[in-house]
Amino acid sequence: MRIFIIKRLLLGVMVLFGVIFITFVIVRIIPSDPATQWVGPRATQEQLEAARIELGLNDPFFVQFGNFVTDLFQGKMGKSLRSHQPVFKELKTFLPATLELVILSTFIGVILGLYLGVVSASRKDQWVDHLCRFFSVSTVSIPAFWIGLLLQFVFYGILDWLPLGERLSMRVKLFQEIPDITGMLLFDSLITWNMVVFWDALKHIILPGFVMALFPIGLVARMTRSALLEILNEDYIKAARSYGLSERIVMWSYALKNSLGPTATVVTLAIGFTLVNTFLVESIFSWPGIGNYIATAVIVLDYPAIMGVTIFSACSYVFLNLAADLIIALDPRVRT
Amino acid sequence: MIHQAISWQTVAPRIKDLRETVYLLNRNKLTKAAILIIYALIFIAIFSPWLAPHPTHIMLDTNPQDKLLPPSTEYWFGTDELGRDIFSRVLYGTRISLQTGLLAVGISLLIGIPLGAIAGASEWYVDESIMRITDIFLSFPGLLMAIAIAAILGPSLQNAIFAISISWWPWYTRIVRGQAISLKERQFVKAAQAIGTPHLKIIFKHIIPNCVAPVIVQASMDIGGVILTIAALSFLGLGAQPPTPEWGLMIATSRTYFLSAWWYSFFPGMAILVTVLVFNLLGDGLREVLDPKTRKK
Amino acid sequence: MKNYFEIENLKVDYKTYEGEKNVLDLEHFVLEKGKTFGLVGESGAGKSVLAQTILGILSRPPGIIKSGKILFDGEDLLSKSEKELRRIRGKRISMIFQDPMSTLNPVFTVGTQITRVIRQNQGVNKKEAFKRAVEKIELVKISDAADIMEAYPHELSGGQRQRIIIAIALSCDAELLIADEPTRNLDVTIQAGILKLIAKLQKELNVSVLFIANNLGLASATCDHLAMLHEGKIIEKGTTKEVLHNPRHPYTKAFIEAIPKDKNHKIHLEQIAKNNGTSLNSAGCPNINLCLETEEKCQEHIPMLKQFQGTHWVACHRVQENKEVNL
Repeated sequence: MRIFIIKRLLLGVMVLFGVIFITFVIVRIIPSDPATQWVGPRATQEQLEAARIELGLNDPFFVQFGNFVTDLFQGKMGKSLRSHQPVFKELKTFLPATLELVILSTFIGVILGLYLGVVSASRKDQWVDHLCRFFSVSTVSIPAFWIGLLLQFVFYGILDWLPLGERLSMRVKLFQEIPDITGMLLFDSLITWNMVVFWDALKHIILPGFVMALFPIGLVARMTRSALLEILNEDYIKAARSYGLSERIVMWSYALKNSLGPTATVVTLAIGFTLVNTFLVESIFSWPGIGNYIATAVIVLDYPAIMGVTIFSACSYVFLNLAADLIIALDPRVRT
Repeated sequence: MIHQAISWQTVAPRIKDLRETVYLLNRNKLTKAAILIIYALIFIAIFSPWLAPHPTHIMLDTNPQDKLLPPSTEYWFGTDELGRDIFSRVLYGTRISLQTGLLAVGISLLIGIPLGAIAGASEWYVDESIMRITDIFLSFPGLLMAIAIAAILGPSLQNAIFAISISWWPWYTRIVRGQAISLKERQFVKAAQAIGTPHLKIIFKHIIPNCVAPVIVQASMDIGGVILTIAALSFLGLGAQPPTPEWGLMIATSRTYFLSAWWYSFFPGMAILVTVLVFNLLGDGLREVLDPKTRKK
Repeated sequence: MKNYFEIENLKVDYKTYEGEKNVLDLEHFVLEKGKTFGLVGESGAGKSVLAQTILGILSRPPGIIKSGKILFDGEDLLSKSEKELRRIRGKRISMIFQDPMSTLNPVFTVGTQITRVIRQNQGVNKKEAFKRAVEKIELVKISDAADIMEAYPHELSGGQRQRIIIAIALSCDAELLIADEPTRNLDVTIQAGILKLIAKLQKELNVSVLFIANNLGLASATCDHLAMLHEGKIIEKGTTKEVLHNPRHPYTKAFIEAIPKDKNHKIHLEQIAKNNGTSLNSAGCPNINLCLETEEKCQEHIPMLKQFQGTHWVACHRVQENKEVNL
């Protein structure tokens, strides 16, 4: 088992390296001159030269790459061309908001999806099954940005029940002391028992969270259903039934445990897609997270920022895949 | 000659299966409905300039006096901020979406399938190297890679297609590689090797045709996913550029007005939803039919 | 007097995309309480289908129960709901499965699986269930029972898995045990041990056993009564002595002769092989290829199972006319 983990870790590191390398290569082929961006359009020639040296643009390729990697390990990702702030710091500031959204929505999405999948599989071909299947296919086909807009229109424009965007309303931001322990508002306000902030944060997270949860629900429901259907045909399920085991145990224990492997992979996929959906959802709801950060960075071609986010996302992906592989290793058959 | 005959033996049963496949496909009402809608979409895509009530609104004209009108008998889906008929533009958008979807998936297949077959059917070091590269590309979430590339190369529909293809091919490589690994132990491959067929020829003539089924299922579902991604990219400003009537782009432009002009966001989005939905349903139906385990009903 | 276990006119079909094929056609079948009944036939004859149908775990689709009744203690099992069946399964009827690798859940330890069944059927707590599980494992002659409890199915040898399956079935303490080729992969000595165990159960606890096998020798050693199953139909049944020493049906004769005795012994194996897989809908007796002399009736009608002598029943036209049947 240990050997397996080590092998996977090494593999992960290799892939990580490849990811960093490719990102670096891609971003360095930009036609636009970073130096010009850095000092602005009205710079003099000397200022441009000074900028070039500072950004290390005159060094040979591998030196640049080497510096880049060493900088990375020290947590230095360069400075945003737009704000001149270290990218790393900016990422840290914006990360919790995205994390809160992603964790909440994926968690709810996976649980609902699992439940839906089990219900669908156990009542195969009945109307419940057809309904669930149609629902699951629909949720993975909905464009997140569109449904976000529609929900805003209904719940804010027409009903005025929920806010338009952001994490907290102006009033709360001005008059309340916002707890900042993890950066995740719901969690922090619960711990400090600041119910005003909690309710406000909750109201703001409902719509974006719902939109983000749609995709995982559908994905997990479909995968769970198909995995379960296969499993339910297996002989050991028949045998378990023949011993008189209750249907509840057969379905939720015997069958479901066998589906953990593919389900874990799907959950990872789901998180991956959710990560990508954040770019869209955050921009619609003006949610101050990484997605919004990169959406604005992309428009102005702020290449260190783009690179920072890309590396960060890709690395998270690698770790997620690693986690999925480790979960699959929980299946006793894989271990030996 | 001999190896052609042997290989055909394994592919030919598939063609007999084809008629049965079509029959089985039609049995599922949902799949049947999806296929019909896809036919309709293709029809719309081809004939949209003639079907649209205001064809000039698609790209060229603006009509400022009719701006932001709600749906009416003249403008079924209402008008946008430049007074253009949204219905006509949505119709034409079908052509754009279908074209780009097919193109992106096609390119991914062209890259992914041969790579996967080569990886699965060759020596371990070839396999390992190709799969490592595949893993690296898989680590980039599709949209992210697309964002990065589109940002670097400049925002345009072509670049968006290119970006998506680059991030999508690894999935096919994985599928095909798995198939190839089990195929290379089969008799007809060994026979071909025994008579000295060159390695690449074996791959292209024998292995690839037999890997096609699961890839088809995945690809048909992916058309939906790709269309969604392209719409998302255009929404972010990295894909289609104005005045192209791409659905995602239309939703992006509608953001400024949507609180008062809901139809501007609603109809293009609905178009995306329906298109992606039917392709997903098609993929689902195909999977149920082509998977030997679920087929025997 | 009500029969303890009785099957009437059971017809089971399998749906393939070439049509529906009849896999089981039992006119009449009786199992007496406390007795061992052997059902012998080749693979594919429908033995497992019968076993699964009795317990209501047959996969439908592709299986279809077309007609019939399975009366257990007077109640028709086929007309019961899932809930009612669940009360019978395990507690009153339990089954030893044929293939231990696919009938053991791969992600749970063997111990968990046995104790689960014990807790379900005997309602005891975890500790007590653990004790009883260990007892049962020792009963099937597996050493280091406590260690085995922690093992996963894929970590055990084929023989061990087989015995675990038997242990699980035995731990249900059912009154009717269906044993579907229970000793298939076991060494001969262990086989003997298991058979003795089943015989003990029968004598001491009055457990009725339906013993399904493709090995006539094995069945005859354990069972009081025998029935020969061929392509879904019983073609001969009676006490073990009757069927073994006075076989009337050509198939039975061929089956017995197929047991190799010495090198001069003629084996009609090819004939048996040719005999199987007759097309779906041909009329007439499917065993027609086995016989030297046949009647017109043999080509046109499938023979019904009719009483020959006392408890000895045979399904063959020539036998029913008291003629000799030669291979």
